[in-house]
Amino acid sequence: MTQYLIRRTLWSITMLIAVTALVFVIFFLLPGAAGNAGSGKYPPVAVRIAGKQPSPATIEAIIDRLGLDRPVHEQFFSYLGNAAQGDLGYSYQTEEPVTQAVLRRLPPTIGLALGASVLWLLIGCTIGVISALKRRTVWDRASMIGALAGVSMPVFWIGLMAVFFFDSRLQIYDTGSYVPFTSNPLQWLSVMWLPWIVLALTYAAIYSRMVRGNMLEVGGEDYIRTARAKGLTERSVIRHQLRSALTPVVTMYGLDLGLLLGGAIITENIFNIPGIGSYTVTAIAQQNLPVILGTTVIASFFIIFSNLIVDVFYAILDPRVTYS
Amino acid sequence: MGEPILEVKDLKVHFPTPDGVVKAVDGLTFTVHRGETFGIVGESGSGKSVTCLTALGLIKRESAQISGEVLFEGHDLLKLSNEDLRPIRGKGLSMIFQDPFACLHPFYRVGDQIIEAIQCHDSCDKNEAKNRTIGLLDAVGIPQPDDRIRDYPHQFSGGMRQRAMIAMALAHNPSLLIADEPTTALDVTVQAQILELIDHIKQEFNIGVILITHDLGVVADVAQSVMVMYAGRAVEYGSRDEVFSGPLHPYTWGLLESIPNIDRKGGRLVPIEGAPPSLIRVPTGCAFNPRCPHRFDPCDKDRPELLDRGGGHPEACHLRIEDKKRLWNEREAGRVEVAS
Repeated sequence: MTQYLIRRTLWSITMLIAVTALVFVIFFLLPGAAGNAGSGKYPPVAVRIAGKQPSPATIEAIIDRLGLDRPVHEQFFSYLGNAAQGDLGYSYQTEEPVTQAVLRRLPPTIGLALGASVLWLLIGCTIGVISALKRRTVWDRASMIGALAGVSMPVFWIGLMAVFFFDSRLQIYDTGSYVPFTSNPLQWLSVMWLPWIVLALTYAAIYSRMVRGNMLEVGGEDYIRTARAKGLTERSVIRHQLRSALTPVVTMYGLDLGLLLGGAIITENIFNIPGIGSYTVTAIAQQNLPVILGTTVIASFFIIFSNLIVDVFYAILDPRVTYS
Repeated sequence: MGEPILEVKDLKVHFPTPDGVVKAVDGLTFTVHRGETFGIVGESGSGKSVTCLTALGLIKRESAQISGEVLFEGHDLLKLSNEDLRPIRGKGLSMIFQDPFACLHPFYRVGDQIIEAIQCHDSCDKNEAKNRTIGLLDAVGIPQPDDRIRDYPHQFSGGMRQRAMIAMALAHNPSLLIADEPTTALDVTVQAQILELIDHIKQEFNIGVILITHDLGVVADVAQSVMVMYAGRAVEYGSRDEVFSGPLHPYTWGLLESIPNIDRKGGRLVPIEGAPPSLIRVPTGCAFNPRCPHRFDPCDKDRPELLDRGGGHPEACHLRIEDKKRLWNEREAGRVEVAS
């Protein structure tokens, strides 16, 4: 177990370095990249920061200050060295330390992702299980049509519709009035409920279809027939069925949550929640390399970490799985 | 042979499908007695398993048209609701299945699954159930049962899983054990052990056993009565000795000729030509007639009923009894000739 965790951790660090390297390649080496002077005189990012009609001296000062004239590999390794000490550099735009900015924007994202995920787990599993048990009934057909609709509607559309309907029309929702949970929990709740629902809808649809499918598949397994043949009550038989049908949900949930913790980009932007996702979008628009790197590394970290957690959990849930 | 414990009368199980009605079982009558192993033999899809699953109510009733009677301990099992069948399942009537690799829940310990089987009919505490489980596992020949009780199914071999299934089936001293191809998925050496175990249990507890198999060799070893099924109907039904020494149906002949036999050294196995019919479009007349080398005029028109035509036990073939005896003797002689 310990050996397994050590190996996985080392592998995770390698992955993080690889992701960082990839962002560097995209930012500095690709033709037309923001940090690549190419056939022009200066890297586009420096010209951008310098403002309207800058003098060559201003641009050169900026290049010098940001260290853009150093060889790419040197910049890469100094970034890695600093990152290892928790220093993710400074924003090109605001000069705020990226580590600090990311930490400040993490709680809204975590709140959004966790709240939505609890919601979709509850809705998805409940609908999936009931649909499977009441297969081919009106309930089953109606919820599966609902799930199809849920899967088909993109988040950006549902999100905008929700804002239009609840904010502009009904005026029971105030978009963009986010406050941290710690300063006013009630207002926080009054802001978060709608993005939770919007974000959870698509996932709930996917989960309900998956759970229904798993339940039906497991229901046809020989060991469920054994459970009935030995005289168990229908309740106990369903318990046996759930035990197998819900185990894969743990895997899905871990991976989906890990992905969202790196920023629910569309939802955060629509509802103006100051999380990692909206930060990333702004940074990309501004060619703000340190912020892009910082949020990418954080997002990768969550994905890699949630994978690890899922794998460890799976071995607990399924006795056939062992660490090797 | 003891008193009858299971009586099946004119059982029909039809499944309506978009392509037509699947007549999985089409008029089946037989009786199983205490202390007897009753072998049901036939190819895949001949209705062997469906018969037994129907008796236990393990076929979804809303998807099938079921008629006839299945009498067990004074009840017609077909008339009982799911709730009323539950106290009989696993208590008076137990069943073990073909694939021991798939029959135990992979996420629960073997011991816990047997404990659960005990506790669902007896309100005893967990400790007592556990001790009984250890006793059962010991009785079916699992070594160190007090340790193995904590194992998960994947830590058991195929033979041990089938032993565990048998232990579970015996938890409440059933009066009838249905074994649905219990050895098909196992190694030959393990097959013999499991059959021996079932036979031993039958004698020790004086219960009835239904042994479903496609292998006449298995039946020859352990059964007292044999019913040969084809396309949802019985084609021959009698004691083991009657059926093996004087088989009267060409399908039984075919099955017997396809058993490898060490005495027929060098002799070739003779497969039955063709494949079993679709149960949606069963051939008119005798269902076996398209594959039968001895078919004659009425075979594709009149369906032969299961009757004793003078051969000593019921069979369903239009051939005259003297022709049957002659043909079987000729076929046997022909085999010997090929062998030598």
